Amino acid sequence: MAGITPIIMPKWGLSMAEGTVGAWLVEVGTEITVGMPILDVETDKIANAVEAPDPGLLRRKVANEGELLPVKALLGVLAGSDVSDAEIDAYIAAYVMPVSGADDDEQAGPAYLYADVDGLRIRYARRGATEGTPVLFVHGFGGDLDNWLFNIDAIGEKHPVIALDLPGHGQSEVKLPGTSLEALADFVARFMDAIDVAQAHLVGHSVGGAIAAQLALAQPQRVATLSLIASAGFGPEINSAYTEGFTSAASRRDLKPVLELLFQDPTLVSRQMVDDVLKYKRLDGVGELLTTLNQGLFGGGKQSALPGLKLAQTGKPVLMIWGKDDQIVPAAHAAQAPAGATVEIFDGVGHMAQMERASDVNRLILRHIGG
Amino acid sequence: MARKISMKQAVNEAIDQEMSRDPTVIMLGEDIVGGTGCDGEEDAWGGVLGVTKGLYAKHPNQLIDTPLSESAYVGAAVGAAACGMRPIAELMFIDFMGVCFDQIFNQAAKFRYMFGGKAETPVVIRAMVGAGFRAAAQHSQMLTPLFTHIPGLKVVCPSTPYDTKGLLIQSIRDNNPVIFCEHKNLYALEGEVPEGSYTIPLGEANVVREGKHCSIVTYGLMVHRAIEAASTLAKEGIEVEIVDLRTLSPLDMDTVLESVTKTGRLVCVDEASPRCNIGTDIAAQVAMHAFGALKAQIEQVAPPHAPVPFSPTLEDLYIPSAAQVADAVRRTLKGGKH
Repeated sequence: MAGITPIIMPKWGLSMAEGTVGAWLVEVGTEITVGMPILDVETDKIANAVEAPDPGLLRRKVANEGELLPVKALLGVLAGSDVSDAEIDAYIAAYVMPVSGADDDEQAGPAYLYADVDGLRIRYARRGATEGTPVLFVHGFGGDLDNWLFNIDAIGEKHPVIALDLPGHGQSEVKLPGTSLEALADFVARFMDAIDVAQAHLVGHSVGGAIAAQLALAQPQRVATLSLIASAGFGPEINSAYTEGFTSAASRRDLKPVLELLFQDPTLVSRQMVDDVLKYKRLDGVGELLTTLNQGLFGGGKQSALPGLKLAQTGKPVLMIWGKDDQIVPAAHAAQAPAGATVEIFDGVGHMAQMERASDVNRLILRHIGG
Repeated sequence: MARKISMKQAVNEAIDQEMSRDPTVIMLGEDIVGGTGCDGEEDAWGGVLGVTKGLYAKHPNQLIDTPLSESAYVGAAVGAAACGMRPIAELMFIDFMGVCFDQIFNQAAKFRYMFGGKAETPVVIRAMVGAGFRAAAQHSQMLTPLFTHIPGLKVVCPSTPYDTKGLLIQSIRDNNPVIFCEHKNLYALEGEVPEGSYTIPLGEANVVREGKHCSIVTYGLMVHRAIEAASTLAKEGIEVEIVDLRTLSPLDMDTVLESVTKTGRLVCVDEASPRCNIGTDIAAQVAMHAFGALKAQIEQVAPPHAPVPFSPTLEDLYIPSAAQVADAVRRTLKGGKH
């Protein structure tokens, strides 16, 4: 049926199966432009706005606020004014949820894979397109590949995507190959060897950005382009209230205010998000590992290495994204971007731009790597 | 975290991993191997419900099948703990604890205190608790309050496989006697559990569900009844908050008070007999420390003050149901100061 665009329950992250419909942000009859937030959806991990994939009029709200619906369920309908109400009714009545099995997730195999890298068991996800240079996502200190839950599938529509849990993070083995950016970047290169990736577009967040920059310096042939979000490695300042607090927090009560520093809107920190981080932190050995890593990366309350400042010599295309209200790594570090870099600073965004402003970040990355 | 295992497997995995980590972790109990010294012991039954199946093959020097004398092997476990081992005694049904009260109440619980803090007793006594197993009055009790009453004992009663593994590992590592209560009707419950070892601190409650209208404070199997009640009530526009205590001693009153201060209403749900149970304790403490926050009477849901019946029909009526929990929430929402 030409001219009708369904708005469906998105899949944010590999583990999302359903979401709760939040508030509708626009009224029926509103003229919608691409990327306009249409309604809020809440998962057990985070709340975010569903944005319009195409322009059109919002013709129908199918889902009601508070409803719990599976991924790909029909939430609403966009169409031009030339489409009749009867056609819209027919479209809604005929809408069939893509059944699992025919689902592309199933064809792509299991959500998570494991690789043996220097004797360490590393969890990663590999999805998306089959042809082309892959996009490799590298998370930051204390993070995991779920930090990319709003990005993996969006970038995966055009490119092969890979996201890993760094050693000692997420569900990778609780052991470090070293505590320096050099050691971590070298490990990422060997991870690429292990999964047979010669070169990748690197997308790094926070410490993951510094690791990506270091890899571009040390082994430039492994890196096609760099997309760095709230990246470490561009200046000595780092909020040790965060790094120390994250390292030492032993209860939900201690951890929540620390995680709230990550977002411009602290209400984004859900109970589930705190629980997930706490579960990670309670694994045997993680506490000691984070203490060691924190000391190695941010000993004395300063960033120990600044590979970002030498990026110009690599000649790699660099995209730098920052939230103006970043409370962890100051957005002022964006001024240290290499000449010729694309720099984008978002108002009203904290340290987690890839979550807080997912669609914009995805568009910038796609444009940067040529998607 | 994709891997799901049952609560029974979570118990097995916790013991397995701790035995591998620390050779002083040993286990004593009736039939926990299931025929030591006989043919086929490597694949033996592994306890009355098979919880410890396979452990003997992996750790032949760390499990001991004992004679049918709870007083003897619980005493042995307490003594071994005082001498530097980390024993786990399995007592099958908590109902059998009566014959070893001296070993537990008067010895294990008192050593640290009576030896001026110089003695440690890192013993875990595991036992099945709860009704619903068609096992009649002598194998179905929820005796958590008895042990909670005794200073010097820690008492744990988990509701999920994740909590079971983390709390059991923490209990084994704790330097004090811990009574670890496993609800037999939760053994088959599956949930996501990390493969590696991890711990959950004793004395930390878990907010299972957030809500603003009423707090339900509970533990063990009743957590699941509360969750069921919460789904029913949600359809009526009532949002309940569920606090799973997880550990009954030490007790996380901070989380309880925080929740009641927010909601202003409290329903205590306990599968133990209604007099002097965990629910009455919570109710008394909330009345003392958060009276000003209460908007209405505190409600209690518990079984009748009667032995657990053998008749399946009566046993099902005996155990508090989700409907009873939902009714209690509705009562406290209707009540209140006017």
